[in-house]
Order: sequence, then structure tokens, then C-alpha cells
Amino acid sequence: MTTDTLVAGELPLGERPDYLREGRTVLSWLTTTDHKRIAILYAITITFFFFLAGAAIALVRLELFTPNGDLFSNDTYNRLFSFHGIVMVWFFLVPSIPTVMGNFLVPLMIGAPDVAFPRLNLMSWYINVIAGVFTIYAVIAGGVDTGWTFYTPYSTMFSNSYVLAAAFGVFTVGFSTIATAVNMITTVHLLRAPGMTWFRLPLFVWSIYATSIVIALATPVLAISLLLVIAERWLGLPIFDPARGGDPILFQHLFWFYSHPAVYIMVLPAMGVVSEIIPCFARRRIFGYQFMVYAIVAIAGLGFFVWGHHMFVSGQSPFASLIFSLLSFIIAVPSAIKVFNWTASLYRGQITFESPMLYALGFVGLFTTGGLSGLFLASIPIDIHVTDTYFVVAHFHYIMVGGSVSAFFAALHFWWPKATGRLYPESWARFAALLMYFGFNLTFFPQFVAGYLGMPRRYATYPPEFQVYNVMSSSGAAILAAAYLLPLGYFTWSLFYGRKAGNNPWDATGLEWSTTSPPPPKNFDHEPRVDHDPYDYHPQGASAGIGSRPVHQHERDLR
Amino acid sequence: MSDTEILQEPWARVSRQREGATFGIWVFLATEALFFGALFLTYAIGRIENPAGFVAAGRETDVFYGTLNTAILLTSSLTMAVASQAAAEGEAALHRLVVWCLGATVLLALAFLVVKGFEYREDVEKHLVPGRDFAIVERGAQIFFALYWIITGVHAIHVSVGIVLISRLWIMAATRRMKVEKNPQIEVAGLYWHFVDIVWIFVYPLIYLPGRATG
Ligand SMILES: [Cu+2]
Repeated sequence: MTTDTLVAGELPLGERPDYLREGRTVLSWLTTTDHKRIAILYAITITFFFFLAGAAIALVRLELFTPNGDLFSNDTYNRLFSFHGIVMVWFFLVPSIPTVMGNFLVPLMIGAPDVAFPRLNLMSWYINVIAGVFTIYAVIAGGVDTGWTFYTPYSTMFSNSYVLAAAFGVFTVGFSTIATAVNMITTVHLLRAPGMTWFRLPLFVWSIYATSIVIALATPVLAISLLLVIAERWLGLPIFDPARGGDPILFQHLFWFYSHPAVYIMVLPAMGVVSEIIPCFARRRIFGYQFMVYAIVAIAGLGFFVWGHHMFVSGQSPFASLIFSLLSFIIAVPSAIKVFNWTASLYRGQITFESPMLYALGFVGLFTTGGLSGLFLASIPIDIHVTDTYFVVAHFHYIMVGGSVSAFFAALHFWWPKATGRLYPESWARFAALLMYFGFNLTFFPQFVAGYLGMPRRYATYPPEFQVYNVMSSSGAAILAAAYLLPLGYFTWSLFYGRKAGNNPWDATGLEWSTTSPPPPKNFDHEPRVDHDPYDYHPQGASAGIGSRPVHQHERDLR
Repeated sequence: MSDTEILQEPWARVSRQREGATFGIWVFLATEALFFGALFLTYAIGRIENPAGFVAAGRETDVFYGTLNTAILLTSSLTMAVASQAAAEGEAALHRLVVWCLGATVLLALAFLVVKGFEYREDVEKHLVPGRDFAIVERGAQIFFALYWIITGVHAIHVSVGIVLISRLWIMAATRRMKVEKNPQIEVAGLYWHFVDIVWIFVYPLIYLPGRATG
């Protein structure tokens, strides 16, 4: 279904190097300021961290196969899940879609030759790598056992592990994310092509823009909370030490002031990805574009005022808990608007199930499950019952793995032809998508049950009655691992043997599809002009075959 | 020298590039505001929970050095503002003024660090570093001084970054390797420097004034 044929009016292009072939040396990659190449650099590092942190949790799941601690000491077990959490959150999930997809796509989608500050962009990748080295050093030196949350006073006074190196790594990687965020915000404000008004921006750009604002305003608070931990642990300056007048709960407030918005840092870009893919494979305009924009902005804004729902059992004032609970329920409204609008976009669509669409639909289902279980946790009585159980683990994995990681894979499959100019084997990709969905649910759904029945998180051993859930979970994890490794294989294969993709293999609208695959170094051979709204598929209300439709879409329907 | 020397990828026009640079630094300063905001929040909580300790500890800070440094830093803000405005005028005749003002800013910033160094030395001699032989017995005084070292330390790092940024511009401008007229870099450095000074305006009363108003 490739459309290598030229769309009417398009001129054949002469030979000129695309961004991949512009310079062939390793040095040309390490000194590049091309946003597309930097996106590839990020893709390589986050893939590395993804599999590293995945390996750590594979060992954890292996240990949990039986109720007794057979493989590791409790200490080692603590270090494994801490490493998994720290690396997955800060070195994979937070940078994944913004730095790889955002970097690659935002300039292409708004018709810009590059991001606003190309050298800053490269620098942020180097900061990311340096921070990663610190974190890996923490593991090689002996690991860190505080969990990804670094709670005081354990992290400052009692932990006998390499907290400093890990905290410093996370502190540093924050600067990398902030630099990317500053870049994205400025790019969207000042480098839009002529005619690309705010309400013609693809929703992916809106989501990256909103995410970047959240990153810029939340990450410095994480930096301070970790800096204070470092100061207390390393320099002996008491901040959280209750014996000397300090307040350990303050750390939780600072930490969650970042880490709840961080959930939206991880999930808003995923929502953006899905908003691009669903219209394309339903051949439908996105339903309620403006509402989608307002929902993104509302989620980003409200996300700053719900952090206390992580602290219902911390002893905070019950009135504070009440307000945080209410606000947490309210934030479900814009999220629900998005889910309904994606569903409505499918209505009377000509839906096809290419692999990106499978991942995107998987996202909608898993995100909804995760979101609904979030409402359980927003309600104080249930939260107190399931605090620190596997119910919570299942909930946030549904959002972050089921949601964000599925969307990341959706994005990889959707824009892979654009980035590399090659098509991957579609049937393998569909198989991997279905396998991932199945493996994910098998891994995490039993954790809801085990958690509700009272199985606590973060222990290497558990009472034998929970074994059935853990066996299911561990088997699911094995399937999930296979589903994650498969794309690595066929994507690599496609680089060498994949068919040429052509400019627009999905018949998608959007500026990124109007340039060549792979794009030239400066993205467009002529500065693009925009004179219509995004998602130029079948308009609402018109059935297929009626009304004014883009030429390529008409041709597609005839085929 | 023409505008094309300042123009960089991916911008099409220098005016747009300047807009981008200024916009970018404002976003960065929003980040910085939350960075220091979180520190001030920590201070506020510490003070609410330990009012007596903070008063006792605040009295031990050196208000002379603190006030002197406030004066130095505000003067440097003035010289930086003049440099930035003179550069924005776009008059070649103002080149020397820009160079002089950038130089003065760097020297004043260095003076600030020197004074801070003297103050730190006295603090160490007076056993004001939290730990076993800390000088003040009131509960919470150690929290105050932990925050004193962290806040002034983080601020001093920001001053040092400013010194590096502004000295670079100063040297480039003095040796005429960089055009100063309408150069966005000077405005960007200026905005950063004013932010560092504004933070100090918050730091000064928090650190040096507790326990002094009522005697
Ligand atoms: Cu939360």
C-alpha cells in the first residue's frame, strides 16, 4: 500500500542527501545540531536504559515466582526494584516521547527548519548521558535501595547504599529535560510556518508544548528536593532530621509536587501521539479538536494541584486530603473528555488495523483502565486500604507502561517510515502489538487483585496465597519481554532490507508527511505554508465518498 | 559588521532570533523561580516549625557583610542594565560604554564573592556550620544554618555562572570579536543577572533580618 507515486502538483526532487546520509562519520553524529539526528541519539540512549531497567525488573519478577526469597537477598531485591524505578522514570519514560518523538517531529509538524536552540539541544543530550553514567555508577558501586521515591529520613539518615550518586544522576538529568522543554516552548512560539496558527497545530505539538511547560515548572522542585537530600547526606546539613527540628514530610511534599505532574509529563505526550494516529487510521477528523486542546491545557494545569493524593497516610491534615481528593477526581474530567473524543473520532470511520493503530487503540483501553483505577485511589478510604500494595503498582503501570509505553511504540511504528525511509514487516508488527497488549494485561491485571487482597509492594517474599497472581504476573512479564524485543529485531531488519516507504505511506495529513522520507537536513525543500486545519480527513458528518476530501484520500478509497 | 554575523540557524531574521533568545531566557527564569521558590518554601516551613530557633540563629548572621553585598549586587545590576540598554540602542558610538559597563559588572560580581568568602570564613570560625560543635543550642537553629549555607551557596553558584557569561561577553566586546549593537546575548545575560539580584533581595531579609527587628 505504498504511494510512491507523486501527488498531483509535486515536482520530482533531484538527488540531495537526507539527514541520515549528510555526514557518515561517528563524529558527525556526536557534533550534530540537527534535531532529527539528536532525536536518534536520544532514541539510542533511551533504548539502552529501557532494556537495562527492564532486565532489573525481569530479575524481580523471577524472584517473585515463588513466595520465598530464593534468588536474592532482601537487600539485593530492594536495589533491583529501585534501579528499575529510577531508570525507567527518569531515563526512559520522562525523556522518551518528548526528546525522541518531540525532537524529531515538532519542527517538522510546525514547518520549521530546526528547534529554536540547536546547540542547547545537543548539550541536553550530553547532560542526559552524563547523568546516566552517574546512575549506572551507583548501581555498579553497589546499588541504591530507597525506591525511586528517595523518601526521607530513610534516604538521608539510614540507607546504607549509594544514594548520593543516584540522586545526583537524577538531579543532573533534570537539567537535560529542562533544556529540551525550554527549546520546545520557544520553538512552538516562534518558529511556526506561515499560516500555522495555534489552532491549526497538530494535537501532538500541543501535547509536547503543554508537557514542556509542566517540565519547566515542576523539575526545578525535584532538583531542590534531591539537592536537600544530597546536602543532608553528604554535608551533614540537617533539613529533614526531626531530631534537630527538621520535617521529613516536607520532602514528600516537594517530591510529589514534581512527581505527580511528572505523571502528566509521561502521559500527555502519549495522548498527543494517539491523537495523531487514530484520525489517520479511521480516516476521520479528530472529534472536538478545540476540546482536545483545552483538555490538554486543563490536565497540565490541574496536575500541579493534586500531589497530596500520594500522602493520604502521611499524617497530613484531613482537610488537605479532602481537597486533594476532590481535585484528583476533577482532573479525571479532561482525561475522560479525551477518551470520549478518541472514541467519537472512530465513529463512522473507515477503520483499518495497521500496527500503529493497534498500539494506539491498546493505549486507549489501558489508559482508561489505569485512569479508572486512579479514581479508586483518589478516594481516601480505598486509598488507605490499598496504600503501598500491588493495587497501586498495577494502577501506575497501566498508566505508564500500558499508556505511555504503548503510545511510544505506536509512535515508533507510525513515524518509523518517515525517520528511516523504510517499511517494517507489518504482520510481525501487528503480532508484536497484540502480544504486548496480552502480555501487559497478564502481567498487571492480577496485581490489582493481589493488591486489593492486601499484598504489599517492595517485599521479596509474600504469603503463599498470593502465588497464583504472581505466577500469572511473572509469566505475563516474560511475554511482555518478548513483545518488547521483537520490534528491536524487525526494526533493525527493516533498516537494511525494508521496502522504501515513500513520503507518505499512511496517506496521513500533516506537514511532516509532505517532505521526503527521510527528510532533508533542513526538513523542507521550500518553506511550507499552511492554509487549512489539521486532520484533513473526512469531515464530521460526511460519510466516505461525499464532500470535499483530499485527493490522495479519494484515490485511496478507490483502490 | 553586518547583521548576518549574529544570525544563526534556524532563524530567518535577526529580530526574530533576538525575540527567541529573550523568550527562551524568560522560560528558563520561570524554571529558576521555582527552583529558588522551593528553597524559600523549605525555609518558610522550617521557620514556622522553629520560630525561636530561627530568631536565635538569624541574630548570629553578619548583617554588615550582608548589607554590603546587597549594595554591591544592586550596583552591578545598574551597570548591567546600562550595558544592556546601550547595546540595544544599536549605536556604534556606545560600544565603549557597553564594554565598560560589562567590565564593571564582572568586577562587582567578583567583589560580591570576595565579601561572601570573608563572611563564610567568619561563620566557620564562629562554629555556625551545623554539626557536633554547632554554636547555638536552640532547637531549629541548625535548620536555619543548613538553609543559610544551601541558599547562599546555590546563589553564589548562580553568581559564578553570571561571572563566566558576562566576562565572556566583556572580553569578546573589548577585543571587538563580537558586535555588541543589538546583540541578543547581552540582553539575555542581563536578564539572567537581574534575576540573580532579585533572588538576593529575597535572601537578604530571610537570612540577615530575623531576630533583629525587635532587638
Ligand atoms: Cu499522583
